[in-house]
Amino acid sequence: MSPGPFRITVSNHPMEVARQRRDFSKALTIALFLLPGFILLFLFLLLPVGQSAYFSFYRWNGLGPLEAFIGFENYQRVLSDKIFQGAVSHSLFIVFLSLLLQLPLAMGLALTLVRGNLRGNRIFRTIFFVPYVFSEVITAFIWMYVYHPRGGLVNSVLGSVIPGYEIQAWLAERDTVMWALFFVLTWKYFGFHMLLYMAGLQNVSKDVEDAARIDGANESQLLRYITLPLMGATIRLTVFLSVLGSLQQFIVVWILTEGGPVNSSELIVTYMFKYGIQRLNLGFGSAIAVILFVMTLIFSLGYQRTVMVQDYE
Amino acid sequence: MKQSGTILKYTLLILLAILMSSPLFTTILGSVRTTGEFLSNPLGLPTNGILWENYTDILLSPTFWNALRNSLIITITSTVLTVILSSMIAFIFARVPFRGDQLLFNLLTIGLLFPLIVAILPVFIQLRQLGLINSYWGVILPLVTFSLPSSVVILRGFFTSIPRELEDAAYIDGATTIGFFRHILVPMARPSIAAVGTLSAIASWNDYFLALLVLTDSAKWPLPLGIMQFQGQYGADWARVMAYVTILMIPAILFYLLAERYIITGLTGGELKG
Repeated sequence: MSPGPFRITVSNHPMEVARQRRDFSKALTIALFLLPGFILLFLFLLLPVGQSAYFSFYRWNGLGPLEAFIGFENYQRVLSDKIFQGAVSHSLFIVFLSLLLQLPLAMGLALTLVRGNLRGNRIFRTIFFVPYVFSEVITAFIWMYVYHPRGGLVNSVLGSVIPGYEIQAWLAERDTVMWALFFVLTWKYFGFHMLLYMAGLQNVSKDVEDAARIDGANESQLLRYITLPLMGATIRLTVFLSVLGSLQQFIVVWILTEGGPVNSSELIVTYMFKYGIQRLNLGFGSAIAVILFVMTLIFSLGYQRTVMVQDYE
Repeated sequence: MKQSGTILKYTLLILLAILMSSPLFTTILGSVRTTGEFLSNPLGLPTNGILWENYTDILLSPTFWNALRNSLIITITSTVLTVILSSMIAFIFARVPFRGDQLLFNLLTIGLLFPLIVAILPVFIQLRQLGLINSYWGVILPLVTFSLPSSVVILRGFFTSIPRELEDAAYIDGATTIGFFRHILVPMARPSIAAVGTLSAIASWNDYFLALLVLTDSAKWPLPLGIMQFQGQYGADWARVMAYVTILMIPAILFYLLAERYIITGLTGGELKG
């Protein structure tokens, strides 16, 4: 039976009174400590996310009352829209390139810095990591300048190195825009993964590696059979964070290209912002948000149940 | 053999370091020249000496100082709130078991999956319903909310690791739960709390998008939005934009160097020593 405030007055056994008073004060403490934060979580996270599921069944510009119920029409429109399909494929492009290029680069550097016994490895770590602390706005403007067709660093350097080089508007060409953006995202984010790998490497005991060396393992065998497997948990975590981060990418791309030229760098979130918020199709936008939530949820639960399950004890 | 390997490693590292930092150098270079110089001779040094005008123009404008003030209001309030609320929640989840605690904790971790940017549309609708458009609170409260899940997870880990005996001893000495929290746990957890505070400060200092949607009055804009103001005002005046970017970039670098230990602790869960 749960003790309620009324029971305190009813019961008269001294021990019972003391116990109930303790329980009551414990419950009060819990409420006092949890409520402020959970009210915020409810108001600005759980409720809005839940409500967006509801709004997604309406045609709604956000101003009038919510009365044009249209069932799954918003979802049908999103899923059959060529631009949305393009946005999904661009987001997946970022996801896969990050896994294939960004993470191995981060791992290579972490191994070099931690195991290489090099002088100045703190300086290198700082240089590689510092873009991560810049805001997305700073990043975007720096790169807008670097990619500038007339005076930007990229064109000037390539122009002086490659004879007969023709100036490219890297962000304005359909063929180059996604690669140009990927380069920016790598510049900004690989340092974060490198840092996680450096932390993971410190937990791999040097004794185990030395033992393998004594047993005649060469460096690449050591890496493949000892070091990388021992860093499994960190690698699985960075894959998880990288996929989520890529799916949820937005501001840098928005400032640099607004999803253009002609939707050729549209990502899921830029699509949601452009067609949902900017054009005040809040019902339609909510459907996009729900689709993104579901994708995130399926990936997260699936990945945690199958891949990361070995990391929980 | 060993020697040449080391040289090769250094060469690669140095090349990569140049590649990584060259955008920053062109930015700084661009900020002390005119836009004309940039367009005609991109890699050249300033021909007429260093041009400080780009900086003085920005630093002497009241718009800049106003934006700085707005940024400080938003950053300080949301960091303080995040630190207080997340340590309170983490304390309960680490130290005070109750029925349903696992359920509530799971509810909280849902937030880890949805960063603010993904939930921006529903949050925007909610802010309108609550009448928080064009108010600092409309920026601060969502920023706090979306920092809570990760902050609680970091702090809970640390609070759990503090030995049980210490708590028992405090209670024997007559401390209340709140007393134990305030006078023993929080002081002991100072490094983790600093880490959480640092990460939350970076997130709110850097916020751009929420402010863009919520603050309709440009007098309330924080620094990252100020850049749009300059851009609009001067068209494609790259020299001024780059000076503005440099002004925002340098404190970020300094802050990183000062708070490196806490940033790294926060991001790696305390595993990598600074």
